[in-house]
Amino acid sequence: MYSAKVMDHFANPRNVGVLADANAVGQVGNAKCGDIMKIYMKIEDNIIKDVSFMTFGCGAAIATSSMATELVKGKTVEEALTLTNKAVMDALDGLPPVKVHCSLLAEEAIKAAIYDYKKSIGEQVTEDNFACNTCCHNKKCE
Amino acid sequence: MKHIYLDNAATTQLDQDVLEKMKPFIRDYYGNPSSIYSFGRESLKAIEQARETVASCFNCRSSEIYFTSCGTESDNWAIKGICSSHRAKGKHIITTNIEHPAVLDTFRYMKKIGYDITLVPVEKNGIVNASDIEKAIRKDTILISVMFANNEIGTIQPIAEIGAIAKKHNIVFHTDAVQAAGAIPIDVKALNIDLMSVSAHKFHGPKGVGALYIKRGIVIDNLLHGGGQERTRRAATENVCGIVGLAEALRLSVENMEKNNAHIKAIRDAVKAGIEAKVPYIIYNGDETNRLVNNINFCFKFIEGEALILLLDMKGICASSGSACASKSLDPSHVLLALGLPHEIAHGSLRLTFGKDSSMNDVDYIVNTVAQTVDRLRQMSPLYESFIKEH
Repeated sequence: MYSAKVMDHFANPRNVGVLADANAVGQVGNAKCGDIMKIYMKIEDNIIKDVSFMTFGCGAAIATSSMATELVKGKTVEEALTLTNKAVMDALDGLPPVKVHCSLLAEEAIKAAIYDYKKSIGEQVTEDNFACNTCCHNKKCE
Repeated sequence: MKHIYLDNAATTQLDQDVLEKMKPFIRDYYGNPSSIYSFGRESLKAIEQARETVASCFNCRSSEIYFTSCGTESDNWAIKGICSSHRAKGKHIITTNIEHPAVLDTFRYMKKIGYDITLVPVEKNGIVNASDIEKAIRKDTILISVMFANNEIGTIQPIAEIGAIAKKHNIVFHTDAVQAAGAIPIDVKALNIDLMSVSAHKFHGPKGVGALYIKRGIVIDNLLHGGGQERTRRAATENVCGIVGLAEALRLSVENMEKNNAHIKAIRDAVKAGIEAKVPYIIYNGDETNRLVNNINFCFKFIEGEALILLLDMKGICASSGSACASKSLDPSHVLLALGLPHEIAHGSLRLTFGKDSSMNDVDYIVNTVAQTVDRLRQMSPLYESFIKEH
């Protein structure tokens, strides 16, 4: 049911672990729904120098975390903020319909980390209500 | 690569001896059992012999055994058939909250079309109190349906007690014995069972064939209408080779039950003890002793079951989980939730079900692989990360 790319990123996840010198951390999801994604970033000169993740979740949740970190690594903060769940899905050659929410989780986890960074440097952050922090019955996923 | 099949509650491999018995009826004896000529009678004879065999395994008359297409059909027939035939008496039916979907979903359907349903909750050990079943009985109760053994956690329900209660109150008693048949001794007379569903592929028979025991005297409407097969109660040309296979598989399972169960239990116990020794932060789901000897069901905290199953698969182990992601729904298994487990714990479940062909030689590999895989997933789990930080 999963594409070869999803299975690859699930079995050999990139950038997994805690980033010791991270200056931004974002976490979305909840245990009740069965998936939590935590993203660590080291941002210097507005560029994501390093990124890692910790994920509690299914194969798709781990694969989308892995792919999302790959997609934002080396990018500017602004570029990373444009990452969509669709881009994560496309990069993984698609996801089964019931797993689409995992890609949204990845998008929101990246955003959460960046907002955390913005707050830390005194920037105002307006949009930080993450759909994935409430529950899985999410219209955005359908 | 290794191939270790630990999902015998999902299905079992067709026994070689069973296949040999079925072979003549796949092609050579293709006559319709309903035909009058002698060629058709060969098929009819095979079915009637199979019926005798099944009846002798459950201590009933052969005329009380009806062949169906699967366990699900048997459950549907039992519930819908009794609801229909007893609707003048009442419209209340009782079951438990850990039944197989074949029963639970049929109950929900009956509710939708106007019946009252009561789902009696089980205790934390996954076993229902017979007295709770009795308390749920009303004047208009027409059916009690309680599974013999649970498919996820293997717990064995107090069927004898519930049978006695149903008899006392003159209520029809159905049991879904799909997991129990061939695994534990079943005497339908002694247990006061009125209706019982079984499925061949759970005891090394073929897929696509089941049976329903209907006690003589029980008035039940048909599910399938049409020709006059199965003494006019279940229309459809008989699955002759499947029926032959079901009977032979059941006969072998019952004949070898003690030997097989001793073998299976030794392996199950060794794997359970091994995992408990190697993996911390786990919960063993379901009663420790009052359960099928082939079943292990653990929840591993801080991880999710589908990821675990996929990684085990990469190591050649076939297992299953009650996590939401594995079940294609948003909620984890209703059985695990019925035990009172919180969602986040229920998501991390693993079911291993052993069989007569499981090998003691695989125990170390299974234990080590499960332990390594759980650890690998925990190492990337933010829940585990924060738990370790706090402790």
